[in-house]
Amino acid sequence: MKALKKHRGLVAPMDRANVDTDIIIPKQYLKSIKRTGFGVNLFDQLRYLDEGWPGKPLEDRQPNPEFALNQDRYIGASVLLARENFGCGSSREHAPWALEDFGFRVVIAPTFADIFYNNCFKNGVLPLELPAQLVEQLFQAMYEQPGYQLTVDLEEQQVLTDEGESFSFDIDAFRKHCLIEGLDDIGLTLQSADRIKEYEQQRRTEAPWLFDVISKGAI
Amino acid sequence: MANTLYDKLWNQHLVDARQDGSALIYIDRQLIHEVTSPQAFEGLRLAGRKPWRLDSNIATPDHNVSTDPGERSGGYEALKDETSRIQLQTLDNNCDEFGIAEFLLNDRRQGIVHVVGPETGAVLPGMTVVCGDSHTSTHGALGVMAMGIGTSEVEHVLATQCLVTKKQKNMQVRVEGVLGFGVTAKDVVLAVIGEIGTAGGTGYAIEFAGSAIRDLSLEGRMTICNMAIEAGARVGMVAVDDKTIDYVRDRAFAPTGDNWDRAVEAWKQLHSDEGARFDRVVELDAAQIEPQVTWGTSPEMVASVGADVPSPQDFDQEVARKGVQRALEYMGLKAGTPIGEIPVDRVFIGSCTNSRIEDLRAAAEVVRGYRKADSVKQAMVVPGSGQVKHQAEAEGLHHIFIDAGFEWREPGCSMCLAMNADKLGEGEHCASTSNRNFEGRQGFGGRTHLVSPAMAAAAGVAGNFVDIRAWEKKS
Repeated sequence: MKALKKHRGLVAPMDRANVDTDIIIPKQYLKSIKRTGFGVNLFDQLRYLDEGWPGKPLEDRQPNPEFALNQDRYIGASVLLARENFGCGSSREHAPWALEDFGFRVVIAPTFADIFYNNCFKNGVLPLELPAQLVEQLFQAMYEQPGYQLTVDLEEQQVLTDEGESFSFDIDAFRKHCLIEGLDDIGLTLQSADRIKEYEQQRRTEAPWLFDVISKGAI
Repeated sequence: MANTLYDKLWNQHLVDARQDGSALIYIDRQLIHEVTSPQAFEGLRLAGRKPWRLDSNIATPDHNVSTDPGERSGGYEALKDETSRIQLQTLDNNCDEFGIAEFLLNDRRQGIVHVVGPETGAVLPGMTVVCGDSHTSTHGALGVMAMGIGTSEVEHVLATQCLVTKKQKNMQVRVEGVLGFGVTAKDVVLAVIGEIGTAGGTGYAIEFAGSAIRDLSLEGRMTICNMAIEAGARVGMVAVDDKTIDYVRDRAFAPTGDNWDRAVEAWKQLHSDEGARFDRVVELDAAQIEPQVTWGTSPEMVASVGADVPSPQDFDQEVARKGVQRALEYMGLKAGTPIGEIPVDRVFIGSCTNSRIEDLRAAAEVVRGYRKADSVKQAMVVPGSGQVKHQAEAEGLHHIFIDAGFEWREPGCSMCLAMNADKLGEGEHCASTSNRNFEGRQGFGGRTHLVSPAMAAAAGVAGNFVDIRAWEKKS
């Protein structure tokens, strides 16, 4: 996983509440068995006027000129500014894969849905919560100033504007640590392997029915 | 100390509480399907890791399978969509390579993971259950801590048998009283979402309680817990009672003999203690809940069948007004239109929300002796599993549907998410028993209205939404 300590980037809007993961990456692209290549279909239904499907040549697609990410001023954006309950719905990790593959490293919103929030951290994308009023203020500043950039300092837990304002944000210590170091958390958990085995042994005695075998040969 | 059901399940599965507030939680059962697992297995391969405990996993294909009887009977060779075939074969190959039990495509036990888990007894009360699918909350109906996870976590659970997570807050949704005639579990959960909103449960584990919930069958409780995620909650639960124990008894993977007796004793403790503290309590009066129909593009955009489509002006906040405006444009609806005047182009009866035998019986009872309206292009009935299909056929339900011009399909997720060929055309309105009315969810430009199985069936006959309470059943 890519580490993220400090990031500065162009800000683009997703100016609607309750953006679900079906909107972030529609289901037809979930047939892929890979983790990469989803960026071109990020926000597919909003970004293109025609119906998309896997493998449809890009030259056959009709970009929607009204959609922000198709406008010159947002090309190269890596910070997405969004509204309440971003990432609700399906647990598909293809949503953060698509955001990351497109080039987004940070998503700022007043609130996120739980599963999406969690999935972002596994993929080097920082979902960052700021109060709704502050997000509104950032939306205004972004719309008024083409080329609007923000700096996110994860170590200091600060969002910095070029005007010198700074806003602090909360994040739990474990996720922050993993993201700053780019850590694989399976490796971390396996450091507790002895503890897991100990728990398992005790549970086998207390609740043996939980360990009744479902084996490949037996079904 | 008085504990909630969630507290109890959490404490029983806590392997390690870390200083930073995160915790290692032991997972008893992982359900695996073809869409969110290939990258997890690939991750194991790349890191040279093996599953921690093979016998805790069980797999079945569901999201991407064809439900067309002709195509299905030909197995993989007959599948028209090559990318789907590759994904399905990848699941089989991964299960073979790693040694994971799988109900294969045309096995009678195949079906939607959230139908298969409880009906085979692979999911038991008191377990922790995960699956790379947000509707895993369904299993909470059995007094289970069940939650949807992403693919990285699927890999993590395979490799470590644990999930790194944080404890949620406790919410109780209490529905007291008696549900009116024709009002179902689906209407209850839609009314709850209408009340608290799609983010109302974010950060919470919801326990559904109250006399109206206790009166529901286990299948009804599954419908309710299934849509906890549509209220923002990863976990939805109902306490164990005698109905739960009766439901589990004699299932294929249920414990037997001495183990059964011990298990039952333990399961009887799976309820919130008297005086347990909830961070939030929401109360609904069962008698006030009417049959529900969603009119917008979020499950919270829901109204009673007798109501009108609302206007953006009815909402206080600017963001909400804009959201409603956009939803009405997408749905092609005018504010003030009576819900009953919305024409229905297709009907979908199925999904992990409503594809169990009781759902099919309820729909069949409505359809019996009627014909699908000519204006309805297609009405599809997709049983949740091979076992549900078999049971329905034993009861003759398929004849009722087929005689009425409804299609009788093979089990799978089908048009709930429209990954396969079952989907809506642009602009088409669908009366659907599924769980999400998001833009494009059931097909590009498709317009979904979430309803109960009986309401969907009636809409298929009438060609528009009708109040099921006034339906004349034929015998």
